[in-house]
Amino acid sequence: MSVDTPARSTAASSPEGRRRRGLMPEGSAYVAVGIALVGVGLTLGPILYLILGGFRTQGDLAANPTGFPDPFMWQNYWDILSKPLFWRQLLNSTLVAVATTAGVVLFGTMAAYPLARYSFKGRELVFVIFTTGLMFPLTVAVLPLYLLLRDMGLTGLWGLVIPQIAFGLPVTIIILRPFLAALPKELEEASFMDGISRIGFFWRMLLPLARPAMVTVGVLAFIGSWNAYLLPLLLLTGDPTGMTLPLGVTTFQGQHAAATTMIMAYTSLAMLPALAFFLLMERRIVDGLTGAVKG
Amino acid sequence: MTALEASGRSAAPAVDAQASAAGTRPVTPASEHTRRATVRKWAEIALFVGPAMVLFLTFVVYPVVSAARFSLYKWNGVSQFSDAEFIGFENYARALFGGTDPATQQAFTTAYSQPFWEALSHNFAIIFLSMAVQLPIALAVALTLNRRFRGRAFTRVVIFAPYVLSEVIAGTMWLIIFDPNGIATELMRGIGLDMPAGGWFEDPTWGFWTVFFIITWKYVGLAIILFLAGLSGVSEDLQEAAAIDGASWWQIQWRINIPLIGPTIRIWAFLSIIGSIQLFDMVWVLNRGGTAGQYSTIASYMMEIGFFRADWGYGSAIAVIMFFLSFVIALAYMATILRRDNAHPRKAR
Repeated sequence: MSVDTPARSTAASSPEGRRRRGLMPEGSAYVAVGIALVGVGLTLGPILYLILGGFRTQGDLAANPTGFPDPFMWQNYWDILSKPLFWRQLLNSTLVAVATTAGVVLFGTMAAYPLARYSFKGRELVFVIFTTGLMFPLTVAVLPLYLLLRDMGLTGLWGLVIPQIAFGLPVTIIILRPFLAALPKELEEASFMDGISRIGFFWRMLLPLARPAMVTVGVLAFIGSWNAYLLPLLLLTGDPTGMTLPLGVTTFQGQHAAATTMIMAYTSLAMLPALAFFLLMERRIVDGLTGAVKG
Repeated sequence: MTALEASGRSAAPAVDAQASAAGTRPVTPASEHTRRATVRKWAEIALFVGPAMVLFLTFVVYPVVSAARFSLYKWNGVSQFSDAEFIGFENYARALFGGTDPATQQAFTTAYSQPFWEALSHNFAIIFLSMAVQLPIALAVALTLNRRFRGRAFTRVVIFAPYVLSEVIAGTMWLIIFDPNGIATELMRGIGLDMPAGGWFEDPTWGFWTVFFIITWKYVGLAIILFLAGLSGVSEDLQEAAAIDGASWWQIQWRINIPLIGPTIRIWAFLSIIGSIQLFDMVWVLNRGGTAGQYSTIASYMMEIGFFRADWGYGSAIAVIMFFLSFVIALAYMATILRRDNAHPRKAR
């Protein structure tokens, strides 16, 4: 996929522009830009409104919801950022997402390795068992899962991490297996000749080589964990400082029902880490998704 | 060495005897070597696959099987499960047609069956509307944006952004925007209209459409990005050849681009259908599926009644029904629509 350069895109008189013009109706660049503007506006408009709303006073929001904040006030954001609650929830979300990602990637890669590169009886059966996991969404299993975790004493953040790893494994193994299988056979032969064991081969050769695919599945696992709501809703009840951000936002909203601009500030702040992560990883996320769809 | 010899002899005496007979010294015969290698191989496999398998069986398979078991009982989730009353398929019957007991059927139809079918109808309405509304919008946008123009990369990033936001945070945002006194109402009044009579979410007719609008805002970007990725794989030579032969822009889209990204469209539709059946977070954040269940889904209904009203047996039955629905639809879709794509893998590229 080529990255478009601004110079090329506007130069209608360049050979490139002339060549492509036959494929497009007259003025289609304007149509494209028009559609793009509408799309960007519809997408960003609500988000900007939310962020700006955080700078309003409650009275300003009621009197003048469509205008620019007047007075423009930092108080809401300052109130949230100067207290530990938001930071605690941010930390919780980060810890859970990092631990989930690490677990999914580590255990997923470990399981995918023999499934891709050993030949043994029952290999396909093991693979099929993992793939059935795709058909069991968390929603179906959540009531008994809650009981199981309660009986095992797995409460709090670990109670989130471990099931999330388990539910993340099928997709990970399905994406990683063909990737690992495609690595050349000679790698192993050369390593074994150098006296490296299979386990040593896994750590020293396979993990570094599989990094691109691991990043892809890792990013998907991270987003899934970061946005998770159903399991936190059941497990992280009570103390808001123990919650992850999505649950924290709904709880905050419930507790500050009258202070809409405060909720807007809190929701905006909760959005920012995900948007920042997305901007950093956009290419990876798109590749991961299109890869998963095409594969 | 002696220990090895001893174990070797006892493990494979026949080979040993042969080896001696052939005049070779019976030290660590080949069979012993391969046996140890085999054990080692299985140990390695167990080491690598084991953790994932244990996690998967414990936290995915076991709960799913438990859900199927719970669904056959009347149980409140608090008392011991061993005290729960076994009622066979009564929970399923209750959801589908109000139960088998004539004395209570009337009341249970109202209490259980109607909300179930209502929730299910919302799931199917979302599936249908995704195909009828989101698909054409996403296709049109993707086809229009599939050209070079200033700001294309920026546009793609922005349009895709809502997809990575959590449904919960996006939902909270829209809850504020669609507040009766919020900006949406203000904008409607600005063009001489008003919000729906009962409120954006509470209105019996329009509540569902508000939620569908929000779902579309959140997910149409994914479709656009997937379609654009598919379109980038369509050969430009093909389009150019058609243009030289006098095909119009519309003809090129209809005859070349859309058919060639068919596989991508069909996979997107698959993901969208499965996602629509399991939709939970968004509708739950928007007032738990609506004050009167205007836009409840099977998943939100399951949580409402199973967890928050402590009818675990019934909730589990709903979960199993949801699983069967996604399972049957997934199989049917794969067998009919996706089969074509798998039989002729990606001619498009």
